[in-house]
Amino acid sequence: MAESAVRIEGLRKRFGEIVAVDDLSLQAQPGEIFGLVGSDGAGKTTTLRLLCGLLKPDAGTMAVAGVDVLREPEQARGRLGYLPQSFGLHDDLSIAENIRYFADLFCQEMSEVAERRDELLAATGLAEFTDRLAGDLSGGMKQKAALICALIHRPEVLLLDEPTRGVDPVSRRDLWRIVYGLPAEGVTVIVATPDADEAERCSRLAVLAGGAIADLGTAQELIARHTSRLVEVSVADQPRARGALRELPGVAAISSLGESLRVSLTVDGPSADELAQVLREREIAIGGATEVEPRLVDALLLLEARAARDGDA
Amino acid sequence: MAMHEAAVVVHDLTKRFGSFVAVDRISFSIERGEVFGFLGPNGAGKSTTIRMLSGLLLPSEGTATVAGADVAREAEELRRRIGYMPQLFSLYSDLTVEENLQFYGGLYGLGPSTLSGRMAQLQELLGLGEVLGRLTSTLSTGWRQRAALACAIVHEPPVVFLDEPTSGVDQSARQQFWDLIADLAADGTTVLVTTHLMEEAERCTRLGMISRGKIIAMDSPHALMAGLDGLIFVAEVERPLEALQALAGQPWVRDSALSGSRVRVRVADGTADVEGQLRAVLDSAGIAVERVRETRPSLEDVFVALVGDAGEGEAA
Repeated sequence: MAESAVRIEGLRKRFGEIVAVDDLSLQAQPGEIFGLVGSDGAGKTTTLRLLCGLLKPDAGTMAVAGVDVLREPEQARGRLGYLPQSFGLHDDLSIAENIRYFADLFCQEMSEVAERRDELLAATGLAEFTDRLAGDLSGGMKQKAALICALIHRPEVLLLDEPTRGVDPVSRRDLWRIVYGLPAEGVTVIVATPDADEAERCSRLAVLAGGAIADLGTAQELIARHTSRLVEVSVADQPRARGALRELPGVAAISSLGESLRVSLTVDGPSADELAQVLREREIAIGGATEVEPRLVDALLLLEARAARDGDA
Repeated sequence: MAMHEAAVVVHDLTKRFGSFVAVDRISFSIERGEVFGFLGPNGAGKSTTIRMLSGLLLPSEGTATVAGADVAREAEELRRRIGYMPQLFSLYSDLTVEENLQFYGGLYGLGPSTLSGRMAQLQELLGLGEVLGRLTSTLSTGWRQRAALACAIVHEPPVVFLDEPTSGVDQSARQQFWDLIADLAADGTTVLVTTHLMEEAERCTRLGMISRGKIIAMDSPHALMAGLDGLIFVAEVERPLEALQALAGQPWVRDSALSGSRVRVRVADGTADVEGQLRAVLDSAGIAVERVRETRPSLEDVFVALVGDAGEGEAA
């Protein structure tokens, strides 16, 4: 079998009394777009920082493209690109100057990286804006420029921490289109995100909770494993409706969705008609109740709720 | 609760910066108790509109009233009637949640007895009891956002502005936050949200989409999704990345995106035999197709379609 692009074994990191990463093991295969999804404090960002050598683990081993991160940190760093949540583009430098700066950091000669730069500028649609100061770029363009800087030294593994935060949906699709092109160039991508919308775009996911893996699989597998049935109830008086439904056996979670409530049900839970009946009996006016297809967000909500319960126990 | 009572009325509102028209004669109204989401690409005019509605910028032309206060002529009154929660809220990190609430209450001129009554209400409404005594710097993002909301509504404003309030917040905390918003709205508070996150947008009762300073769509999330121009198909395929590349170049494919191992495409209404065409393209690229089916549009599909068809990429 081919060498994993990223291999983490028995990783632990503690900050004082807080265990940020707790005996974490995972492997990402070459060409995967691998998502680390989980709540605040689940260990996503810490794992990325450990991988790129910004933090030292308390225990465990990590390898990137076959290079041991702890024993050969310089080698490993050259194989990695890292786009943290707030990437340090220099606002008073132009896009072109920023690219040159990051190429220098990785000891690349500009003559060697010129071709790579032009490819990336073309892929991001930034070719005509290279003289623009980074500080004058909109959110989406800034993220694209940052992505170029993280990719300029042809890393084999790219780490992205919430790459499309604050970016509108059109620019988000543009950014993801660039990310989707990376596996074909042999780049493996690790994406950390709390958003189901973002996680859904990864080819495989590790759901983290309390620094450990709560589950692992494709979005479709996670949905199949952790959700059973979902009903959307169109209702104006949501607080009362939530109160009434929460007590019912078989109701796993309820969330407000505009004019409707989204109700997660267990396999043996009530039907859409039965939910509607309960609300009508309480004289809560409803517009309708229909069964809908579960999404990743529903699976994550149930997984997070379970992890929180296990954490309390 | 009095229905059909306008909380926000905007008429021909315009803002120019030099020769640039940031907001171009927009008109709409928002009823009391609505959770209204304002969407649009970066630079489309969302923030400029919100700044005018919150009295921070004067309109070049047109009128707007918020909770009965004219935004151009009654700025003081306006400020008392609105709450504002920016994306990175200025909670004082070296103060406890309780001290932050006292501080914001003081800013809005609440007397000690009013304030203590209001704090008790907020504690109950937002479930803040267990974190009142904690420094805000030690709170998780979810709790911090809840505390920030409490500060924004400490003076019981009839209208609240939220800017991407659960960005970077995990699913459970997001759900809890939005349940609170639904409760506030049910009590008659009008909520205006600006966001890029479709997971937030779908929790609004109505959405207005702005592009190049103009409103290009306004309706409930369900109606917007039902009214999408085109059909959405998903194909479960063996090599999704290659499938995406193969499909993106097809003239009959309007948009394409990936969702895990599924390729998602939008085609024009009335496109004949989408499944057959999809299979033919993927077949000739040597990509095995497991299943093709039509699916419900998402809000992202709607956003991309509307903004894309309006001919706007990101404002450069």
